[in-house]
Amino acid sequence: MSQIGSFALLLALGLSAYSFLAGLLALLGRDAGSLRLGETARRAGIATFAAVLLASVVLVTAAFKDDFSIAYILHHSNRDLPVAYKFAVLWSGQEGSLLFWSLLLAAYGFVLRLRYKIDQRLFAHASVIIAAVQVFFLLILNFAAHPFGMVAGTIPEDGNGLNPLLQYPEMVIHPPMLYLGYVGFTIPFAFALGALIMRYPGEKWIHITRRWTMVTWGFLTIGIFLGMHWAYYVLGWGGYWGWDPVENASWMPWLAGTAFLHSVMMQEKRGMLKVWNMWLIFITFMLSILGTFLTRSGVISSVHAFAQSGIGAWFMGDFGRLSGFPLFYWYPGFLEIVLVVCACFYWANRDHLQSEHKLESLVSRESSFLFNNLLLMVACFTVLWGTLFPILSEWVQGHKVTVGPPFFNRVIVPIGLLLMLLTAVGPLLAWRKTSLESLKRNFLLPLFGSLAIGFLMIAFGVRPWEDPSFFYAVMAAILSMMVIFTVISEFVRGGRVIAGKSEMGLLAAMVHLWHRNTRRYGGYIVHFGVALVVIGFLGTPFNKEVEKEMGFGDKVQIGPYTLVCQSYTQDDNPNYANEWAIINVFRGGKQITTMYPERRFYKSTGQPQTIPRIYPSYKEDLLLVHDLYLVYEGRNEDTGKPIIKAHVNPLVPWIWSGFLLMVFGTITCLVPNAEARRAVPATAPVREPAHVGAGD
Amino acid sequence: MSYSVPFSRWAQAVVLVLAVFLFLGAGDTDARFKDLGHRMMCTCGCGQVLLECNHVGCQSSDKMRNQLLAALDRGDNDDLILQGFVQEYGPTVVAAPTTTGFNRVAWVMPGLALISGMAFVVLVVRAWKNKPAPAVADGVPLPRRGELDDFKRKAREETDL
Repeated sequence: MSQIGSFALLLALGLSAYSFLAGLLALLGRDAGSLRLGETARRAGIATFAAVLLASVVLVTAAFKDDFSIAYILHHSNRDLPVAYKFAVLWSGQEGSLLFWSLLLAAYGFVLRLRYKIDQRLFAHASVIIAAVQVFFLLILNFAAHPFGMVAGTIPEDGNGLNPLLQYPEMVIHPPMLYLGYVGFTIPFAFALGALIMRYPGEKWIHITRRWTMVTWGFLTIGIFLGMHWAYYVLGWGGYWGWDPVENASWMPWLAGTAFLHSVMMQEKRGMLKVWNMWLIFITFMLSILGTFLTRSGVISSVHAFAQSGIGAWFMGDFGRLSGFPLFYWYPGFLEIVLVVCACFYWANRDHLQSEHKLESLVSRESSFLFNNLLLMVACFTVLWGTLFPILSEWVQGHKVTVGPPFFNRVIVPIGLLLMLLTAVGPLLAWRKTSLESLKRNFLLPLFGSLAIGFLMIAFGVRPWEDPSFFYAVMAAILSMMVIFTVISEFVRGGRVIAGKSEMGLLAAMVHLWHRNTRRYGGYIVHFGVALVVIGFLGTPFNKEVEKEMGFGDKVQIGPYTLVCQSYTQDDNPNYANEWAIINVFRGGKQITTMYPERRFYKSTGQPQTIPRIYPSYKEDLLLVHDLYLVYEGRNEDTGKPIIKAHVNPLVPWIWSGFLLMVFGTITCLVPNAEARRAVPATAPVREPAHVGAGD
Repeated sequence: MSYSVPFSRWAQAVVLVLAVFLFLGAGDTDARFKDLGHRMMCTCGCGQVLLECNHVGCQSSDKMRNQLLAALDRGDNDDLILQGFVQEYGPTVVAAPTTTGFNRVAWVMPGLALISGMAFVVLVVRAWKNKPAPAVADGVPLPRRGELDDFKRKAREETDL
C-alpha cells in the first residue's frame, strides 16, 4: 500500500512540474503550438489533483486498515481509535498535514483549471503560479517529509494512537477549515501575480478572485473560531485564546486578508491603491506560508506545533558556516524566492499600477479604508513582532524572553478599539467626500446610544478608573454598541427609502435592500458579528474562578451558583479510562442542571485529557449571558476526592453567536445581487448597482 | 492678580493622577497575587500563564504559587518578586518582556509602527489631495486642468451648449 502512495506522490510531482514548465513555455510563445502546450499543462494540473487525491486516500485507507508498517500510521493511529478520528489521522502529524495542504491546493487548482474559459490567458498565468507552489510542497513530501516511510524492523501490533487533544469532534473539522483558509489565499495571490506579470488591463482580475478571496477568508474565520471553541471546550483552562505562536500564525493572514478585502474595494470602485493591494495579497500569501513554517520548523515553542524537523530550511532557506572553513553559505527558501519573484515583477511592471483617481477628502470612505488598512496591518505586524521577538532576543541578548498574553493584551487591545471605532464610523462615510453635516446627522444616534450603554455599565458598578482592564471593557462595550447601532441604522435608513418608494413593509424593504447589494449589507452583518465577538471578549475582566476539593455533598459557591458534589466515579473503555464527578448546580435555591466534568487517560498514548463541562445561562440571563465552566482537575492522592475548578465566564456565549453571524454575513456577501442578475448580460463587465445611503 | 502655574507642575500633576489611576487597588495581597500570577509563566512546559496552568499536581506551578504567596507574605515589592523568579527560573518565566535594555524594543515597536503608519497615511492623503489626477493604467496621461478646460470649451462650441 505504501508503494502505491509513494508512486502517487512521485507522479504528482512529475505532473505538477510539467504543468509548471510547460505552462511557462506556453505563456512565452504566441503560436498555435504554444496554445496546445498550454492545454497539456492545464490537463497535467488537473491530473495532479487525481494523483495527490490517490496518495491521500491511500494514507487514510492505511489508517482504517491499521497498517502499522507505515511509520506515520504507527505514530498517529491505533486499533481502537474511533472511525471519525481515523480521517483526522491525515492531518494530525507533520507529513500527513503537508499532504493535506497539497491536496487542498490541488483541489483549488482543479476547480480553477476547469473554469479556465472565463479568461484563458489570466487563468493560464494563475495555473502556472499554482503549479509552482504545488511543486514546492510535493518536493517536501517526496524528499523531506515522506508520509509513506516504512517502519524498520519488527512491526508493532498496535500504534501509538492519535494525540488525545485531537480526539474531539471539532478537531475533525477545525484543521480542514484552517487549511482551506491558508491554502485558499494561494488563488488570489496567483491571480494577482498573474495579472501583474501580464499587465492585465482593468480590475477584472479582482472581480474574478473576489469570491475566491471571500470564501477563503470565510474558511479561515471558521477555522480560527473552531480552534478557539476547541481550546475552550477541550483544554480546560477556561480561556479560548492564549496568544500561542500557532494561534498567532493563523491570525496574521486573517488580518492581512481582512485588510485586502476592504482595500480592494477602493481599486474596484475608484482605481486606487493598486500597488498596496498587490502587495497586500502578496503579504497575505507569504504570511500563510510563514504560518506553515512557524508550526513545522520548531523555531518557536508552542503546545500546538508539530515536532521539530529539518523542513524549516525548505521554507526559509539556511544561512551558516561550512564546517571546518571560515566560509559562509546561504541558500534561499521558498519564502525568499516568493518575495524576490514578487519584488522583481512588481518593479518591472510598477508603471502599470498607477492610481486612476486621487483622494478628494480626508472625511471619505477612501480615507476610512486607508486607516482601516493601517490599523489591521499594524495589528498584524504587532502579532508577528511578538511572535518572533523571542528569536530576535536570543540573537541579540543570547537568551530568549517570553512574549505572552500580558504583552499582546496590552498592545493589541488599544489597536482593536481604534478598529472598532473605524468600523462604526466607516460605513457612514460616502465615497469621495462626506459633509460633516451628514456625518453628524447619521452618527449622532449610534453615538448617544452607545454612550448610554457605557453610562449604564458605570451605573451597574463597573469602575473604569479603578483598573485599566475595566476601562478597556467599558470602551469595548461603547464601541461595539456603536457598530451595532450603525449597522441597524444603515439597514433601517435604506429600508425606509425603499419602503417609501414602494408598497413594501420595512422588513421586506430591508431584505430587498440587502438583495440589491449583498456585498455591502452582507459586510454589515459581518461587522455586527464582529461587534458581538468583541462584546464576548469584554467579559474577561469580570471572570470568577474557584478551586476546591469536593467530597460527597460538599458545596462551593461561585457567582450566583451553588455547586453540590453528588458523587464521583470512574469508567473504562478500550480507548481510554476516565474519572468524573457528578455536580448538581443550584441557582436561587433551585436546581437548574447537573454537570459531569471529566478527565480521561488514553491508553495508547498514556496522556491525560480534561473534558470540561459548560453551562451557558441562556435561560436565566438572555443578554448578560455567561458560562458556568467546570473542570475535573484530578484527585487528591491523599483523600481520593476530586478537585474541581469552577469558572464563571461572563458574555463568552456572545463570541460564538458573533462568529455564526460573521459566517452568515460572509455567505450573504457571496449571493449575487438581485439587480445585477436581472439586468447585466453574462458577457458584460460586472458593475455594482446604484446604492442607497452613504455609498458602498 | 493673575497667577500662572508652570508647565512642569502640570506635568507632575498629570503623572501623579495617571499613577494613582494605574495603581489603584493594586495594594491588597489577593489582587497582587492574581496580578503577579498572570505576569509569570508556568515552567512545566505547558506554555500557560502561571495561574492558568491546570495540571493537578504540576510540580512547577504548585511550587511557584507557594513561592509567590511566601514572597507576598514577606512584604516584597513586585519588582523584587519578579527578580527573584527570574534568578531562579530564568528570564522566560516572565510572561512579557521587561521594560529595560533591549526588551524595551519589544514594547516600542508596535507604537512606533502605529505612529509612523499614521504619519505616512496622513502624508499620502495630503499628497494625493494636492497632486493632479494621475495617469491612467495604459500609460495615457489624463488631461491637466487647463487642457480639460480647453476640451470642455471645444465640446460646448461643437455641441452649441
